[in-house]
Amino acid sequence: MSTIDISVYVPVIILMVLAVLIYGIALFASSLIAPKNPTELKDTPYECGEEPTGTAWSQFNVRFYVVGLIFIIFDVESVLMFPVASVFKKMHELGHGWYVFVVFVSFISVLLEGIAYCWKKGDLDWVKSYVTENKSA
Amino acid sequence: MNSTIVSYFSTLPFYNHIIGFFNSLFGENGQMVFAFTVYFIAAFIVVNILSAVGGLGTYAERKISADLQARIGPNRVGPYGILQFLADGVKMILKEDIIPRGADKFLFYFAPMLALLGVFATLAVLPFSSGLALTNLNIGVFYLLAVSSLVGIAVFLGGYAANSKWSLLGGMRGASQIISYEIPVTISILAIAVLSGGISFDKLIGAQGGFPHEWFVFHNPFTFVGFFVFFTGALAETNRAPFDLPEAESELVSGYNTEYTGMRFGFFALAEYVEIFVVCGVAAALFLGGYRVPFDLGGDTLIGQFLQIGSFVTKTLLLYYVVIWVRWTLPRLRVDQLMMICWKYLTPIAIFNLVGCAFWLVKFDGRSMFNLIMN
Repeated sequence: MSTIDISVYVPVIILMVLAVLIYGIALFASSLIAPKNPTELKDTPYECGEEPTGTAWSQFNVRFYVVGLIFIIFDVESVLMFPVASVFKKMHELGHGWYVFVVFVSFISVLLEGIAYCWKKGDLDWVKSYVTENKSA
Repeated sequence: MNSTIVSYFSTLPFYNHIIGFFNSLFGENGQMVFAFTVYFIAAFIVVNILSAVGGLGTYAERKISADLQARIGPNRVGPYGILQFLADGVKMILKEDIIPRGADKFLFYFAPMLALLGVFATLAVLPFSSGLALTNLNIGVFYLLAVSSLVGIAVFLGGYAANSKWSLLGGMRGASQIISYEIPVTISILAIAVLSGGISFDKLIGAQGGFPHEWFVFHNPFTFVGFFVFFTGALAETNRAPFDLPEAESELVSGYNTEYTGMRFGFFALAEYVEIFVVCGVAAALFLGGYRVPFDLGGDTLIGQFLQIGSFVTKTLLLYYVVIWVRWTLPRLRVDQLMMICWKYLTPIAIFNLVGCAFWLVKFDGRSMFNLIMN
């Protein structure tokens, strides 16, 4: 096994620093030559020309929460599947192909069961229908 | 040939002279400083060229849309209006930088930078040729997926920070859309990783050949469908029409960037167009054989490397054209349709493809369709 070589990540750091530098330099140049005369009206958030009512930081629709939860489950799943996927071919060449395949599929099927449950409960619909829920209750 | 630029320099005859010079300047660390310098210059060049490509992307977008709608498009600045993006950039620098009253200033400043940072960081693993990838990470695609999700956070933060209701709605949609479509994209990539036996771009491209029937897109029926799942998901991840709900002009004014002016708005646009190039490049590398063409380009010489870059960029730009073409052809979806397509169609199809690819590898020993038919 090879040891981990941190130096391959140097270009990543350089690129991130470059992104920050380009952003900073461009905004600095802009602040030197761009006009700066804010007025009361100019700084008002756009609300179709009306006076803005209240703050925009109101509560979110709970739908986004459900989507976030399902996303986390699948994201963790894909993180766990990356190592399996990258050694799959090697295991097949060693003659354990069907064994790994069965393990792989049983892992995925547990998650498929989860998405099927969400689907059945109507959590995958953007506008959740409460009629079906009342029927089953 | 090793996939780092420094190793290319180490084969040159005057390498020892350079190292000697750097050693005389920096003592024992000369080799490290030299490697750092080469990386920095290469990264600087790549970032600048890709920014120019992003700028030209805005020009291409306008010109192609004009073509599709029987208009002329930009034709004043430079020959055929090709310098339009420079004029736009100068105009954006000259514009006043407005922060809306009551906005979260730090996040408002921070969001465009995060978008730019996430997109530029993906350039590190983009395989332009067998010798020119800034770094060859052993976790290539995994890294790419990780850093590209920073853009989703940037979209959400930009929408949240502006204290505008339109922005907030756009940011919310952007966040839920980008994280949702990450799932089918990731699983499509996993299917390719199963077939190629690795997740570094070296392995992924190395498992493909030059001829179209050796590419992963025509490897088996599952990867063929997987290519379209990947491409659709990638369109949604870059907020492109028909999935451009975070900035749906007709409903949300301009979505998450409603309150952004001047250069900050410009950086969001730049990040978007560079990201499209990156996504198309990844699609070309994973499914269309990357820099490989049916004949030998001679990757050991400098000219061969440039030819490889040319072939990679050609495939990428063809996909880039398709992205723009799709935008000006299809109408925008509704939010519920968007979520339905992701969770009820693309994700199950992607999972089916993954299982199918695993089955294909074990059953047919990973041989392609063409290979099976010919024998």
